[in-house]
Amino acid sequence: MNPTQLSVQLNCPLPKLDFEVITLGHGSGGLLTHRLLKAGVFTILKNPLLNEQHDGASLNLSGPVAFSTDSYVISPIFFPGGNIGELAVNGSINDVAMCGAMPQYLSLAFIIEEGLTMNEFWEVLLGIKKASEAAGVPIVTGDTKVVERGKGDKLFINTSGIGAIHPRAKIRISQIQPGDKILVNAPIAQHGVAILSVRQGLEFETSITSDTRPLHMIVRKLLDECGEAIHFLRDPTRGGVATVLQEVASQAGVGIELVQSHIPMDEQVEGACEMLGLDPLYVANEGVFISIVSPQFSERALQILKTEFSTAAIIGEVIAGHPGQVVLKSKIGGRRVVTMLPGEQLPRIC
Amino acid sequence: MKFLTEYRNAELVKELIHEIRLLVTRPWTVMEVCGGQTHSLVKNGILQMLPKEVTMVHGPGCPVCVTPISIIDEAIMLATRPEVILCSFGDMLRVPGSTSSLLEVKAHGGDVRMVYSPLEAVKLAIDNPTKEVVFFAVGFETTAPANALSVIHAAKSKVNNYSILASHVLVPPAMEAILSDPETTVNAFLAAGHVCTIMGIDEYYPIAEKYKVPIVVTGFEPVDLLQGIYMAIRQLERGVAMVENQYARVVQQEGNLLAKGTIDQVFDVSDRDWRGIGTIPSSGWEVNDRFRAYNARIKFKLQPIEERENKSCIAGEIMKGKKKPFDCPLFGHACNPEHPQGAPMVSSEGSCAAYYHYSNSNLVEER
Repeated sequence: MNPTQLSVQLNCPLPKLDFEVITLGHGSGGLLTHRLLKAGVFTILKNPLLNEQHDGASLNLSGPVAFSTDSYVISPIFFPGGNIGELAVNGSINDVAMCGAMPQYLSLAFIIEEGLTMNEFWEVLLGIKKASEAAGVPIVTGDTKVVERGKGDKLFINTSGIGAIHPRAKIRISQIQPGDKILVNAPIAQHGVAILSVRQGLEFETSITSDTRPLHMIVRKLLDECGEAIHFLRDPTRGGVATVLQEVASQAGVGIELVQSHIPMDEQVEGACEMLGLDPLYVANEGVFISIVSPQFSERALQILKTEFSTAAIIGEVIAGHPGQVVLKSKIGGRRVVTMLPGEQLPRIC
Repeated sequence: MKFLTEYRNAELVKELIHEIRLLVTRPWTVMEVCGGQTHSLVKNGILQMLPKEVTMVHGPGCPVCVTPISIIDEAIMLATRPEVILCSFGDMLRVPGSTSSLLEVKAHGGDVRMVYSPLEAVKLAIDNPTKEVVFFAVGFETTAPANALSVIHAAKSKVNNYSILASHVLVPPAMEAILSDPETTVNAFLAAGHVCTIMGIDEYYPIAEKYKVPIVVTGFEPVDLLQGIYMAIRQLERGVAMVENQYARVVQQEGNLLAKGTIDQVFDVSDRDWRGIGTIPSSGWEVNDRFRAYNARIKFKLQPIEERENKSCIAGEIMKGKKKPFDCPLFGHACNPEHPQGAPMVSSEGSCAAYYHYSNSNLVEER
């Protein structure tokens, strides 16, 4: 990431408004909505396309594009290392990037629960501004709705991203071949553990922060250098690395072998997972992506990842054997199958 | 992670496997009692590293698994009452009762909360004086001290809107139930390290002597487990049956006296139903008369509920060590962690669930 992109002016003070909390009126489309948007959204996120303040944005796109949408319902909305706003921006940027595309525009829609304070909303908006400017992807259209108290969980955000597919990208599950290497850019399970550390009833002291970040620039570098040798990209958010690889194995009809000792993990995160009885392979990430690369290009791809992520690693291989199954070689040399979880990972009694 | 990584050392593991290979001359069946041990054996892929002569069978030591459906139904019934906040440990929430699970009750508007400690539930009771907070007190001897402490704490603080639905089970009576089965195949036990941390190891001497069975108190990491297996096989090969303590860095002979004292204040020994096994006399703890005001069964006048189990499920035989999960006709088809038909598929510590998540028949047969 270019350091100059990060030097965003983030201390915009909250404007003087005649309301402290968001009420149903702010979603009515009337004067209150107008004031909220004018003082907040349009001022903070301003750019030529958004400034039109039209029902939608008119975009210039040509050739194949990738388009993705996602909703963010995280609780709590503020967490170590970010807030729901940054997550919503980076999330859709990354979803587009995983299609092998460069995200160019974002949409942004709020569903606000009545009673959210203006201070909180302002902080989320600043998070959105920071993330959008750091990534260089503007928000060009949006929507704001307010629901009655008790009908939401403070704030939900939906974002969509759109952008042109890289000319050399050929990212399809059908491209995956036995012999391909599986790479990961950064330590896993950080986001999920950071969120758990501040959940009510579970607060524990740690310096672990969410790994939310945009991944499109590093993906572009990979595609510039390795092109069609990058067979598949996916960011393992909910369900973690295990779930993504299990999906890949069954959809592509291949086997996957993982080496536990090669999977990068922060020691604090590992300790927290031990304490909570969670398997880090299933814990959510926001700044991690898996690339499946042809063997001839895997070392080159690793070098590229390492220019930004010192702990990037080749964590496994696609094989022809045991199709549909992911097998993990444990740290002590044993082997076990990695399956999909039936539901949310729940902490164990003892 | 100090004191963990040392016990996950690949070289040490290799060495221990080698030592076990040198030691063993004929087939032996060893049962690890605790679900945490089963989980670790399967998760680390230890089962297929062991020599063919050593068969591990997986005991009934998963508290979630052995909680009878009738008690889960009691919890569900309580959770549907509008005045009740039902608190539970995480992995109890998904367990199906006769008609639904606590997670489903929650989805339908029941106030069900996941907590990490019963003291959190007492705090909830203090913060919600118009509600009745019930803690679903499930577990072996390990969780009992904290659960007892929550009752003592509530009584001292005069918190009258707190009670516990106790479903405590005890390890030694279950081991005896397994050993007194004439068809048992178990030659030696790895006793549950954390249970012994609380209770000490004195309870196991009479069992070792009466049934001529080696008992090794064992920890949970790969090196612990292999050392425990090594010690058990060494006894078997020598023809002796003693109690040994592999987990001496944690377990003391007399256990944790303070914890035992706390348990004694609140609980009385009672008969208990074990899911998949049946009633075992004197194998559980119930809230005693002194603290009856904190016993949810008395407070809410709960009536006994009749069980409904799938007849094809072989959970009882699996938990007694007579069969393996792969021997069950329901395994992986009609029975999976989403729709468990029997106790050991219910929690990730149950042997069927551990096999389902981490293993397949090919991997186990590969050795």
